[in-house]
Order: sequence, then structure tokens, then C-alpha cells
Amino acid sequence: MILRRIALYVGLLVLLAVLVALSLIAGRVWVPLSAWDFASSDPRWAIIADLRVPRTILGILIGAALGLSGAALQGYTRNPLADPGVLGVSAMAALGAVLTLYYGATLASIWVLPGAAMLGALIGVALLLLLSGSRSSLVTFVLAGAILNIVASAGISLALSLAPSPWAVGEIVDWLMGSLQDRSVDEVRLAAPFILAGAALLLTTGRALDALTLGEAGARSLGISLRRTRWTLALGVGLATGAAVAVSGVIGFVGLVVPHVLRPLVGARPGALLAPSALGGAVLVLAADILVRVTPAAGEVKLGVAMAALGGPFFLALLLTLRRRIA
Amino acid sequence: MSVLSCQDVRVTLGGRSVLAGIDLTLAAGQVTAIVGPNGAGKSTLLACLAALRTPDSGAAHLDGQPVTAMPPRALAQRLAFLPQTPEIAWAVDARTLVGLGRIPFLGARGGGSADAAAVTQAMELAGVSEFAGRVVTSLSGGERARVLIARALAGEPEWLLADEPLSGLDPAHQLDVAGLFRVMALAGAGVVVTLHDLTMALRLADRVVVLAAGAVLADGAPVDALTPAVLRAAYGIEARVLAGAQGPIIDVVRRAG
Repeated sequence: MILRRIALYVGLLVLLAVLVALSLIAGRVWVPLSAWDFASSDPRWAIIADLRVPRTILGILIGAALGLSGAALQGYTRNPLADPGVLGVSAMAALGAVLTLYYGATLASIWVLPGAAMLGALIGVALLLLLSGSRSSLVTFVLAGAILNIVASAGISLALSLAPSPWAVGEIVDWLMGSLQDRSVDEVRLAAPFILAGAALLLTTGRALDALTLGEAGARSLGISLRRTRWTLALGVGLATGAAVAVSGVIGFVGLVVPHVLRPLVGARPGALLAPSALGGAVLVLAADILVRVTPAAGEVKLGVAMAALGGPFFLALLLTLRRRIA
Repeated sequence: MSVLSCQDVRVTLGGRSVLAGIDLTLAAGQVTAIVGPNGAGKSTLLACLAALRTPDSGAAHLDGQPVTAMPPRALAQRLAFLPQTPEIAWAVDARTLVGLGRIPFLGARGGGSADAAAVTQAMELAGVSEFAGRVVTSLSGGERARVLIARALAGEPEWLLADEPLSGLDPAHQLDVAGLFRVMALAGAGVVVTLHDLTMALRLADRVVVLAAGAVLADGAPVDALTPAVLRAAYGIEARVLAGAQGPIIDVVRRAG
């Protein structure tokens, strides 16, 4: 089992390294390795340094945040359908961000939008945990998530329909679709501390999530404080997902797909799934972001849209295999 | 010798008194069976003893310390609890599941060789070593029950509290599990189980506590506690205690009335 885990980590890291290289090279303008010369005044260097490096770092950070959040939520709820997107946490973060766009508050400070997104995500997770109660069955949890999604999308629709200017509508819609296009070092600086803090919190929940394999009574009898686990999880998912949504918009399904694919490879133990899911999320988002960049189209396909196109069928397949368990 | 006790434990749920002042002092090295009709408060009492529920008044103590005031991890190192409907959320293999019993002992860096040895020993004791690599969801009910008991044994607990550990098991597996409890008690652990099978209580336990309507109706050696009069008062049944070849048998005749 230990050898298998090492192999998994090595495999994911190698894959990630290859994707990082590809992410710096690939795009509308291909920058082969021969052009990578700090001393040269090759104009393509600016593309790498100012656009592709931040974009790649963001891809890794956001993918890791979403993959890790998904794995932690699934472990806590003992529910393989849990994901920040499916459970409305991302939508609540988006609502927070959209409200700042609507009121034009983003001009006041660059911290307004990410702050509102994280606040939205935190409120989202807290509501989710409160709505589903301590005995969170699969059904109540998914329903609580559905309620959050409905409330958040109603709020977003309201903001859109009442938007003061077509410019605001355009900005909101563009942002909602989720993308890593034209992000700069500023976004990296904005998101990285919160994503890293959230991820650090989530990684501490591994043992509690393992114990929860035996249910809530089982976990408590093993000396686990469910209260502390719940709030660590809420804060971790709120920070990581909120910061990710703040700089990229809504990118769904990463938290759903990645833990599900990796679970059999770690022997299904939820604590062992956390770190690989962060790596796997980074791999998935980076790969998808490279694909949308090189896809020939008039404009760049939005990453959030591409991910939904991939994730939708996956969610359906997962639902079909789980149907017996849910019924 | 470790002592688990409770003093005047009262629990009210939804306006109904579930435990109406229970006083018990349980000694280690014994198997104590708690019996009583459905709704008598057996599970609630066990949950209070395991610090999974805080009584409305009164308290449970382990060696003089209130269990709800003990650090959860310190309590978990000494006391293992098997819930009535055990949940296994993920398709982990049996050895991983048994390993969860070591969680209260793990340091910051995870398990060491002592933890691995305890898991191996617990699996051997429970007779589940052969399932080590198998996914628990593929095991039969009886096999899974024994893996869950091995999980409790892996913590080498001074106290094992098991809520209806024999329900849903066939007679052969019931005997296996009952034998395990005896082995634990002989090794010095305190074993407290709730049971519905009265004959099993008579034969398995060193001491039987009969609960009815949240109060202790009888408490003592099995043959003294499980008398026809007590059974009539607790369950509303006419029953006889017969002499069987392997020990006494409780023969339930009819509802009293």
C-alpha cells in the first residue's frame, strides 16, 4: 500500500511537471523552449513571464483548492457526490462576487471582490452544515446543496436583471463563466495566501475524516471532536474555494471528478485521499486550461464551460452507478 | 482494577423520561449484559457511559473521573464503543478498517510498528486475519461484525461497550463473538453489552442488569437477575428458566395477562 501511494504521488507530480511545461509553451502563440532565454530580448518572453507563468500558477492553485475541497467534503459527508460546485458553495462565492460587481464596489479596492467571494463561500459551507444537521444523510445534504444553489443563482439572476448598465451585465456574465484568461501576478498574490491557508486547514482533517468512515458515533468514540472537524472544514473549504472562485469565476466538477477517480488508488481511506486530490485537481485544471487555449475557435472557450461539458456526463455516470445506493 | 460507574443518571428525550436515575458500578474483568424491552433505555445508558451523550443530570465516571470531562482522546484510548448500527462509509479493506481503532494512539507522524502489531494481533484474536486484504463491503454480515470487533480490540481497550453486538448474527457467529468477549474479560477488560437474547445473557454474562422504563429492575448474577418474576415485570411475559444440558435456558411461554 505504501509503495502504491508513493507511485501515485510520483505519477501525479510527473504529470503535473509535464503539464506545467506544456502550459508555458502552448497557446495561441507557441513559445518553444528555444525562445526561453532570459538574456534575449525575444518579445515572446513577455507572454511567458506576464501571462503564462501567473496563469499556470493559478491553474495549479485553483485546481488544488477545488480537488482538495471536494475530497474533504466527500470525506466529511461520506458522500461521493459532494463537491463545492454541486453543494452550492461555489455559487454562494459567486453571488458574493457578483454583488460587488453589481454595486461597482470592485473599484474601491482589489480586495473587495475576493473578500466578498470568500465570505459568500464561508456562509455557504456554514449554511450547508447547519441545514443538513449533524445526521447528514446523503439526501438531506444534496437537498441542502440544491437549496443553496437555487438561492445563489436567484440572487445572481436578480443582480443581472437589475444591473445598472449593460457593461455591468457583460462583466458579471463574463466572470461567471470561469476562466484563467488574462490573469496576472496580482491575482496570484490575491488568491495564493487564502488557498494555501485553506488547504493547510483541510489537510489537518485527515484523521477525523478517516474516523468518520465509522459514522459520527464511531468517530466520536475514537476521540474525534466533530465540532472542531466541522468548523475546520467549513473554514478550509470557505477560504480555498472562495479564493479560487474569486480569481477564476465558477469552475465546477473538479472537486467531484478528482476524488472519485483517485479513491480506488488510495484504498478509499478519506484521509489518504486529501493530498492526492489536491495534486489531481491541479493536473485536471491545468490540462483543461491548456486544451481550451489550443482549441481552435473565434475566442477562447471558457474554462468553466469546458469543465461543465466534461463534468456533466461524468456526474451522470456517477449518479447511474450510485442509483441503487440512493434508492 | 478499573471501575466504570454512573450515579443518578437521568435523560429525558422529547418529554419522555428515558433514564430515570440509574446507579451502577461496573467492574473490569467481567462481562456485564444489559437487557430490557425495546425503549427501556439500554442504548442511552451505554451512550452515557461512553460519553457520547451527556445526561441531563447525574454523571458517568471512569475511575472517579467524569467521562464527559475527560479529554476525548484519553477516554478513547481506554474505552471502545461499538454502535448498534455500525456504519462503514467507504469501501476500505478490512485491515485499514481495523487500523481505525488505533486513531486515538496515533502521533503527528501517523502509525508506527506498535500500531501495526496491535492491528495484526486484534485481527488474529477476532479470527479475521484471512480477510485483511478484502474490501469490507464484500464481506458477509457475520464477517463484517467480527472485523468491527477487531477494530475495537485494536485499541486494546480497558472497556468495551457494545450495543447489541449479536443482533443479525447467525448462532455460530454469535458464539464466536460471545467467546471473544469472554477472552477480553479474562484478559482483564470490562465488557458491557446490551442483548435481546435472554438465554445468551444468562450464559455469556457474569452479571445481568435488567432495565425497564429507564430504571434498574434487577441486577446481579444471571440466574438471580433473570427470574420469571423479573421477566414478567420487565417484558410482560410468562417465562420459565429450564435446565439445559449446557446451562439454563429461558423459555418464553406467552404474554402475561
